[in-house]
Amino acid sequence: MTKFNLRAEGEKSIMGFQINNLKGIYIDVLKEIGNIGAGNAATSLSKMINTKVDMEVPSIEILDTEKIVEILGGEELIVVGVYISFFNDINGTMLLILDKESSDNLLSMLFGKKIESEFYNEMEISALQEIGNILSSSYINAISAFSNLKINISVPCVSIDMAGSILSVPAIEYGQISDKIILIENKLKEGNNEIVGKFFLMPDIDSFKVLFKSLGVLKDE
Amino acid sequence: MSNIIKVGMADYKIGKENDILITLGLGSCVGIVLYDKFKKVGGMAHIMLPSSKEIKNNSNKAKFADTAIEELITDMIKKGASKNRLTAKIAGGAQMFNISIKSDTLNIGKRNVIAVKEKLSEHKISIIGEDVLGNYGRTIEFNCYNGELAIKAIGKGRKII
Repeated sequence: MTKFNLRAEGEKSIMGFQINNLKGIYIDVLKEIGNIGAGNAATSLSKMINTKVDMEVPSIEILDTEKIVEILGGEELIVVGVYISFFNDINGTMLLILDKESSDNLLSMLFGKKIESEFYNEMEISALQEIGNILSSSYINAISAFSNLKINISVPCVSIDMAGSILSVPAIEYGQISDKIILIENKLKEGNNEIVGKFFLMPDIDSFKVLFKSLGVLKDE
Repeated sequence: MSNIIKVGMADYKIGKENDILITLGLGSCVGIVLYDKFKKVGGMAHIMLPSSKEIKNNSNKAKFADTAIEELITDMIKKGASKNRLTAKIAGGAQMFNISIKSDTLNIGKRNVIAVKEKLSEHKISIIGEDVLGNYGRTIEFNCYNGELAIKAIGKGRKII
């Protein structure tokens, strides 16, 4: 892994670090974190379903917290949300959102039969919880290994509900510290089945600094 | 013909007679509806957090229970409503994920509901209907003509309060 050679630029922008004016080097670092996290998640998923899983380059978006509900194409769209919190050297939460089609696809691959029911049964929910656990823990583990930070994660929680309702959780969490929210979007692909996963990585504001410092883009103040 | 007015997250809108105020996918947020039955003036706010005083970033008044209710009342009076006739209906404040570690953040739904009730009672506005808490999202529609608040939740159908 090449170290970031934009160190000088990073050092210049130490003052007034905020999500609102997050730019340049920090965005690149977040993109790299998204890459590493999702890469590891894709590998784990691939092992689980025993097929090749490809991923696309992640995109980083900084959105108004209130606009977040619109990104999935409608507040009333049914989505699956898997929520975990992480703690130790950095603290925060992570939310993985899968649209209904993606979670149907995942379950179909896992159980080897077509799944298109409107509501999932207990077994399917428990499978989704496990998928969420694997995807999010491999995501976080990769970040931990990459940044040399100790990070533990909680047991995941699953909620299947309207996108607006589920996304109100990160919107509220972020809403307390900033008007903007950082979204790392990753697309995973298995053959023709597209699995679109949106990872919302939400370190608290101090953890952002710890993370950037450990990666050498933010110098000690 | 009714006219549909959409209320976004951290937003509030006022409607009259033929208007229908709607907000989609309320989770831990709370939807507050105030209504003057006589003048048929209705207002809906979609708040995200209990108090503007706990947070530095508080320029958007519609985001917080305390400031949003104040703004809503003021604007409704401007549109002809009378404060002593206002009644309230509230919905939302769910806990979407059942995690116990960070109970403070995740119980924000409950804290929102408490803050809304406190603020309304401070203004002596009585709550004549509510559908709050639980662990599921809600879409709400307020009819400014008859004062009915319709609530939809996935797998739970539609009910009117």
